[in-house]
Amino acid sequence: MRLDINGTTAEADPAPGQCLRTLLRQLGHTDVKMGCDTGDCGACSVLVDGEPVHSCVYPAFRAQGRSITTAAGLGTPDDLHPVQRRFIDAAGFQCGFCTPGMVVTASALDDPADPDLPELLKGNLCRCTGYRSIVDALNARIRVLDADCGNSRAVQSSLHPERGSGVGESVWAPGGRGVVTGTEGYTLDVAPAGLLHLAVLRSPHPHARIRSIDTTAAEGIPGVRRVLTHRDAPAVAFSTARHHNRLDDPDDTLVLDDVVRFRGQRVAAVVAESIGIAEQACRAIAVDYEPLPAVFDPQRATEPGAPLVHGDKGAESRIADPDRNLVAELHGEVGDVEVGLAAAVAVVEGTWDTQRISPTSLETHCCVGWLEDGSIDGAGRLVLRTSSQVPFLVRDELCRLFGLNREQVRVLTGRVGGGFGGKQELLTEDLVALAVLRTGAPVQYEFTRSDELTVAPCRHPMSVTVRVGANADGVLTALAIDVLADAGAYGNHSPGVMFHGCHESMGVYRCPNKRVDARSVYTNNLPSGAFRGYGLGQVMFGIECALDELARKVGLDPFELRRRNVVIPGDALVASSEHRDDLMFGSYGLDQCLDLAEIALRRGNGVAAPPGWLVGEGMALAMIATIPPRGHVAEASVSLDPLDPASLEAGGDYILRVGTAEFGNGTTTVHTQIAATVLGTEPERIAVHQSDTDAVGHDTGAFGSAGSVVAGRAVHSAATELRNRILARAAALTGVTDGRLGPVGVQCGQRLVELAEMAPLTAHACHDGTPRSVAFNVHAVRVAVDPRTGRVRILQSVHAADAGTVLNPEQCRGQIEGGVAQGIGSALYEELRLDGQGRVLTAVLRNYHIPQLADVPYTEVYFAQTVDELGPFGAKSMSESPYNPVAPALANAIRDAIGVRPHEVPMSADRLWRLITKR
Amino acid sequence: MDLHTITAVRRPGSRSELALGPGTTVLAGGTWLFSEPQLDLHTLVDLGGLGWPPLEVTGSGLTIAATCTLRRLAAFRGPGEWSALPLLHQCCAALAGSFKIWHEATVGGNICLGLPAGPMIALTVALDGVAVVWPAGGGERRMAVAELVTGVRRTALGPGDVLRAVEIPASALRARTAYQRIALSPLGRSAALVIGRRGEDDRFSMTVTAATERPYQLCFPTVPTAQELTSALAGISRWCADVHGARDWREHVTGLLAEKIRGALS
Repeated sequence: MRLDINGTTAEADPAPGQCLRTLLRQLGHTDVKMGCDTGDCGACSVLVDGEPVHSCVYPAFRAQGRSITTAAGLGTPDDLHPVQRRFIDAAGFQCGFCTPGMVVTASALDDPADPDLPELLKGNLCRCTGYRSIVDALNARIRVLDADCGNSRAVQSSLHPERGSGVGESVWAPGGRGVVTGTEGYTLDVAPAGLLHLAVLRSPHPHARIRSIDTTAAEGIPGVRRVLTHRDAPAVAFSTARHHNRLDDPDDTLVLDDVVRFRGQRVAAVVAESIGIAEQACRAIAVDYEPLPAVFDPQRATEPGAPLVHGDKGAESRIADPDRNLVAELHGEVGDVEVGLAAAVAVVEGTWDTQRISPTSLETHCCVGWLEDGSIDGAGRLVLRTSSQVPFLVRDELCRLFGLNREQVRVLTGRVGGGFGGKQELLTEDLVALAVLRTGAPVQYEFTRSDELTVAPCRHPMSVTVRVGANADGVLTALAIDVLADAGAYGNHSPGVMFHGCHESMGVYRCPNKRVDARSVYTNNLPSGAFRGYGLGQVMFGIECALDELARKVGLDPFELRRRNVVIPGDALVASSEHRDDLMFGSYGLDQCLDLAEIALRRGNGVAAPPGWLVGEGMALAMIATIPPRGHVAEASVSLDPLDPASLEAGGDYILRVGTAEFGNGTTTVHTQIAATVLGTEPERIAVHQSDTDAVGHDTGAFGSAGSVVAGRAVHSAATELRNRILARAAALTGVTDGRLGPVGVQCGQRLVELAEMAPLTAHACHDGTPRSVAFNVHAVRVAVDPRTGRVRILQSVHAADAGTVLNPEQCRGQIEGGVAQGIGSALYEELRLDGQGRVLTAVLRNYHIPQLADVPYTEVYFAQTVDELGPFGAKSMSESPYNPVAPALANAIRDAIGVRPHEVPMSADRLWRLITKR
Repeated sequence: MDLHTITAVRRPGSRSELALGPGTTVLAGGTWLFSEPQLDLHTLVDLGGLGWPPLEVTGSGLTIAATCTLRRLAAFRGPGEWSALPLLHQCCAALAGSFKIWHEATVGGNICLGLPAGPMIALTVALDGVAVVWPAGGGERRMAVAELVTGVRRTALGPGDVLRAVEIPASALRARTAYQRIALSPLGRSAALVIGRRGEDDRFSMTVTAATERPYQLCFPTVPTAQELTSALAGISRWCADVHGARDWREHVTGLLAEKIRGALS
């Protein structure tokens, strides 16, 4: 058939059941994204004869004779469509994966500033921004500086003029023009010749031994190239979780196992010429299972006689106690909690339960791999392009699994379409590596959205029991928590999430008597894993709600109760042990955050509650270490080399090489700002080669909010060293020792030594992520609750953050707003619902509700004025932490409104109505 | 998504070519069909070639073709005395899918899917819609849409039967109507969708969907009292429970919405 795509006639022969999305991508239009494939998220939106449609649910054959416009057809990086321009000007994206569909949809609106935007954009989901910046884009508000890419002038910082260009200004994201036109390359936007596709046969049982697998019929299907079972997989146990120290996570997982421990676990994989053939072959595999007893309730899993999920494992797996389903446990006490509680005049005790949450990055987990330069046994090497936050750690673990050395494996990322912790996991790369090594051909594996919602690790559900006491002045006398986390069928991040969750949540309070008891236990549910906040969100939900109740009991305002009990510089940061580590106060802005949030809440915003609704206010705070513990290492190099192909392509002078992936975290912007500031140039003059094991020696990865503060420090050091070398070279050339480095060269007295005269020069640096500082967040809300229906409306949302020096205010604000939106989703809407037998009932986005534009209120964002002594230019991390205080702040406000305390999330209308009815 | 098991698409130009056998189903807009794997299907029969006029104003009312898109329905402008027409747009907006889905999704597709939250079910039941069914064996069968949808993803259509159209009587269109909807999120999938209708002859009906496994139409000779309404609602047995809301809450909010409607139409 013939169709017109972006003004060019194309010939196509779609399969009968093909959708337009995949046809367009096949024809090279990779700006059409796959976010759900079910018509819910809008990432694949295109215009058909001028009308916007979700191309994933549009039959391809119907495009015959029609005219299709994609994001790339609306405008190009050099000639943007006005709507695309607006998204750049307003910083209306983070990871950018939803942006092409957002732009296409917006382009079709009669009035982009339509007051009914929530309805018009309900079919466009963004997981990063919280939508404020998207609304700004549609209203043509300009939020970033110098979006014109004006190379003609150095950007002078108005906040910190002494720092020169870049730092402290809302510089626009370097990839912006590519993002809004859909031309920025994400993971699967490359298609090596002869690409094969991989599909996975998943277990229908929650726990079973595979007696036998017959793959004969599957192998006989034309187009099938290889069927992989546990017989083909390396017998090396690993963890899908990745950390700097691989021993942090239990080795309890095999690429393909002969025991399955949750519904949906991999049983076999088929590599075939098309995904359809691979799936057909999966259905043709005959598996004989021996069902085994299963356990789904974490409490039951701890009891004697419970089915053992990893009873076959030994000490080498580093599981705390396989005979008790115990992945990890922590028991620690300082002082004496019982004495402290006995001395209290007010005591609060309660249990708070948190649900499973899906990270729901818009780009699903995906990976494409191939061999470079021939066979792996010869000079060749395995190359994997993957959607990962941790390419270096993935490489290292693959080397271990397949017995390869680092020179034989290259792992890189394109732009990554969101992570939120979910991509600190090795979920696709091991299978793709196995498939490429066994077939010798390029292989691609892409998770469906249902895979994301049913088998990809979710946030750990936790049950958090808090006991806290205070004296008559509201000063804490005891604080104790008892945490039970459901690790699911594999341990992966469970130890880290448990330790981290119980650390800063406890450590932020000064109290002589503290105790932590925590256990993370195996069940036959889908595995839990890393999620924004890394355990803190769950534990803080308990502690911050309990403290709110305590404030009521002692008759104190909740802000005041916090002020009397939070740590201040000079205090030890103690969770449940006197053991001191490398965590310290590099700066302190919690006092300011409490004031800023309280003042804003008291000031109000004039939004009234609907008649008959109950109104309440609430707040909660959060502390987070700026860097993960136990090692986080980033290397960076900066080169002055205007003639290098990368520089030429980008039209720049410098090349910045750094391992950190860009997935909406904005570190690329920050890194170029840092380097530009040090080198006295504009961010646009710096080309970035990132997240590639070929770029630098090591980078632990973009998690634990480390992108700005660890890799950023390495970039700062490398840029500083390069600057010194440039000045030294200029001095050698001119004899003038006090030259000034500027955008075009070094001014040495009357003579300007141009950059090209001094090139090439390179400087390397490394930062080891220690010591670590602390960042703070306070969230405050005023809500209205309809007592008749249980519905909640957020009337005012206030967030105060201590991010140290704010390197890019608009971007940092965006991180905070995105965290708040995700917090609202967790607090009010989102829940991966299981049936009690390990089956996930919320397998599509229609049934797993992530926030739409309509669900997210405007949030007032305030920054504390601090300068951190550890972070680059005084900056601290600010990406995970804004999420953490949101759910307890909302719970406390709802308690204030309805007079009953919620103890579980999400606080959905039906649950709240039940609470109100029972009061 | 790609439907890999589909090996053929037929596009009949007349009813005689429909012939739906095993593994074959009709394709209207495709917005649901292409949103889930359809492993039991191998052939799609595209209704687009039958050329059914989407909306026809007849002497007796409005005939909505099964293939009429939500977009056309939402934009329909009929005779001025049809006071119920605002419901058309309201019910389209009740779809969880966006306005981009309206371009393709059809009235018939939404009805035949038989989801509790199907807003075209709510609309057509509330307006006494009569389904015109083309039975596999030939001829034509008419039945109330209220009887057509029998449960969650269940209808009275037999194998090979095709929904041709829904006929809305003019009397229903001339009635006063009121619409109420609630969901767990402001624009989420409906947890309860209730429509009241008060006719020129004062006859009153309350249509309850989304909160129930099948549509219920409660009929009264005139506007009921609050008491009468409550006891009629108490007769509903098949309340729905799923991730879009708990059963007891849905029953409760249905009562609230229905009472609001009763007040508005009193």
